[in-house]
Amino acid sequence: MTKAFGNFVAVDSISFDVKKGEIFGLLGPNGAGKSTTLRVLSTLARPTKGTATIGGYDIVKNDNEVRKLIGIVSEKMIMYNRLTAKENLIFFGNLFNIPKSVLMKRIEDLLELVQLTKWKNAQVGTFSTGMRQRMNVIRALLNMPQVLFLDEPTLGLDPQSSVEIRDFIKKLNREDKTTILITTHMMVDADLLCDRIGIMDHAKIVALDTSTNLKKLISGKDTTIVKIEVGNLSPDIVEAIRACNCIDSVSQENSTHLRIIAHSDEAFDTVIDAVREKGGKINSMENPQPTLEDVFLHITGHEVRDSADQKIPMAMGRRHFGAPQQGRVR
Amino acid sequence: MGAKDLLSHSFRIAWKDLTELYRNRLGLVLLVLMPLFMMVMVGFIYPSGNSAPTNLPVALANEDTGYTGYGNSIFLGQNFTMALLHINNMTSTFALSNATNADDIKSQVQKGDIEGGIIIPSNFTASIVAGQQGTLIIVTDQSNPQVSATIQAALSIVFDQLGTAFALQKLNQTNMAVVKPFNVQTVGVVSGTPSYFDFIAPGIMAMTVMMSVMTGLPVAISQEKEVGTLDGMMVAPINRLSIILGKTLGQTARGLLQGVVILILAAVLFHVAIQGSILLVFALLLLGVFSFVGLGIVITSFAKDQETAQMMMMTLMFPMMFLSGVFFPIQQMPWYMQDISKVLPLTYASQALRKVMVLGAGIPDITTELTVMIVFGAIMTAIAVPVFRRMMTR
Repeated sequence: MTKAFGNFVAVDSISFDVKKGEIFGLLGPNGAGKSTTLRVLSTLARPTKGTATIGGYDIVKNDNEVRKLIGIVSEKMIMYNRLTAKENLIFFGNLFNIPKSVLMKRIEDLLELVQLTKWKNAQVGTFSTGMRQRMNVIRALLNMPQVLFLDEPTLGLDPQSSVEIRDFIKKLNREDKTTILITTHMMVDADLLCDRIGIMDHAKIVALDTSTNLKKLISGKDTTIVKIEVGNLSPDIVEAIRACNCIDSVSQENSTHLRIIAHSDEAFDTVIDAVREKGGKINSMENPQPTLEDVFLHITGHEVRDSADQKIPMAMGRRHFGAPQQGRVR
Repeated sequence: MGAKDLLSHSFRIAWKDLTELYRNRLGLVLLVLMPLFMMVMVGFIYPSGNSAPTNLPVALANEDTGYTGYGNSIFLGQNFTMALLHINNMTSTFALSNATNADDIKSQVQKGDIEGGIIIPSNFTASIVAGQQGTLIIVTDQSNPQVSATIQAALSIVFDQLGTAFALQKLNQTNMAVVKPFNVQTVGVVSGTPSYFDFIAPGIMAMTVMMSVMTGLPVAISQEKEVGTLDGMMVAPINRLSIILGKTLGQTARGLLQGVVILILAAVLFHVAIQGSILLVFALLLLGVFSFVGLGIVITSFAKDQETAQMMMMTLMFPMMFLSGVFFPIQQMPWYMQDISKVLPLTYASQALRKVMVLGAGIPDITTELTVMIVFGAIMTAIAVPVFRRMMTR
């Protein structure tokens, strides 16, 4: 499937299967094409080339059949601020032609499920971000979808709410056997939630496997990850480490910590030498387990955040530069 | 997916929109205030039959030296002044003050204390007694042509009445019959005196309804697009048309509500009477919606966001407002502007409404307007529907 906006190719001939009942994650930086993929799959945009089937229905030819099977939790909150929680759910439920008695029961159940029953008659505009996100999720569940699309469900949530949403997604998957397709740029989300992960970068899927298998890509070989704390870290030291032969990448995590990926058994020695030569004072060193971030870095050659400032909005079809992200030294 | 679903979904969407509108209290207040301001503004700014200007500050300089003969003196200038005061007491057109002479009036006009002046020259009585015409001089403020025109018009009425009064006076004195050569009476098509409100109320109604579908629709849809709620409707298994139909219904209801507000305001506050059938008035408003909705949808489809939609609307709205004869009679415009006006649908909408509301016209009298509105609406809708469908499935 390919999706282009004018000359800009947002999704470049990707192809993947999602198994029934699994949680599938699309992981990648903003602008990688995850959301566009989701929009095309949920019939909100038409593919430029190719197509996809959901539950046996073609997303282009049988779009209304597909719509009956799916639910979408968008990055944007799909609800009307001036309507109450209940009114919002009734409105969207009615669009699915759910019989009134069934709909009312379902709305009560869903509100109970996310502990919003108390506020069902309050206007959604008065809700907190966490409450709104919960509303956003149950709205997508009104038609009891077999496939649920979640676009950055934890974006902008505090850690507590993120945990709640993640637990909720897991519960849905486990109890209702809902197939879930989720996009995220949060490694934690992907790691904790997804059965399988497709890593997307620059409109393509560059790797697709379970989290464990993806991590094996780097830990299995002669790759070593070094985490080092240097008290008097300076750009000079970073450059010195980077200059070494066996070093793949250096990323600065904060003012004292560096995360280094090297392809050598003597990685520790090399790093220590380089730091001390520049007068650096080593406070601590460790050899951590690889994370998905390391995997991403290893596969794409750059960090998740690097391409985060080129988001191409759907409707615009032209480049729109967001706030510059904090750069990292590599 | 039948017509029943299409309609039921449309109604749900319209109802949702109206609920949102109802909850937006400030918006509701503005919904009533906007047409009220518009009516009051244009209704009072422009002069009309029953809203003649009052209390224009005007100074009077009586330099008449009178005439002395046969042992007594007469001062006709004084008579004139008294007659003017007497008439002015009834009409309150002027706020009269005294000035010593012509120069005094001039300087007062320059200072802005008065809008104009009347000078009775020193030979006023003498001329009349000598059987000549008595001349009065009116000083006007050229920097304000409109006011000076009003003063001239108002004074000429006073002079006309004064002339008759003098003639009658003379009649008593000399027993000579002076008959006014002619008498003009103005007769309207319908009874009653027309006011400017009668003229603008139908126009403003047509315009408001047009605005609600033309601006309301693109803004409402592009706003939902921006917020993301449009996706919520798009991802439901409903006919795409029910989205636009529902939105249109909602906006139409809003527009008609405003139309009713204007009608009530016009009737209660400005005593505008509806001569024709009120049903026909509403039918015309609905037809107006139909003829503009296509244009609204086309703009919706092209506008990427709310801001663009609004700017596109403004660009189209302003010329329409001024060229369609809503505020000014088209006949006042130069011919090339009249030609432009003739291609604008609003011209026909407001013209038809005016004919029905002011002149009590029926359907046979407005067939041209009806035809133009129906044809325009049909063409725009034919363009709009495919354009909108394409926009929705981008």
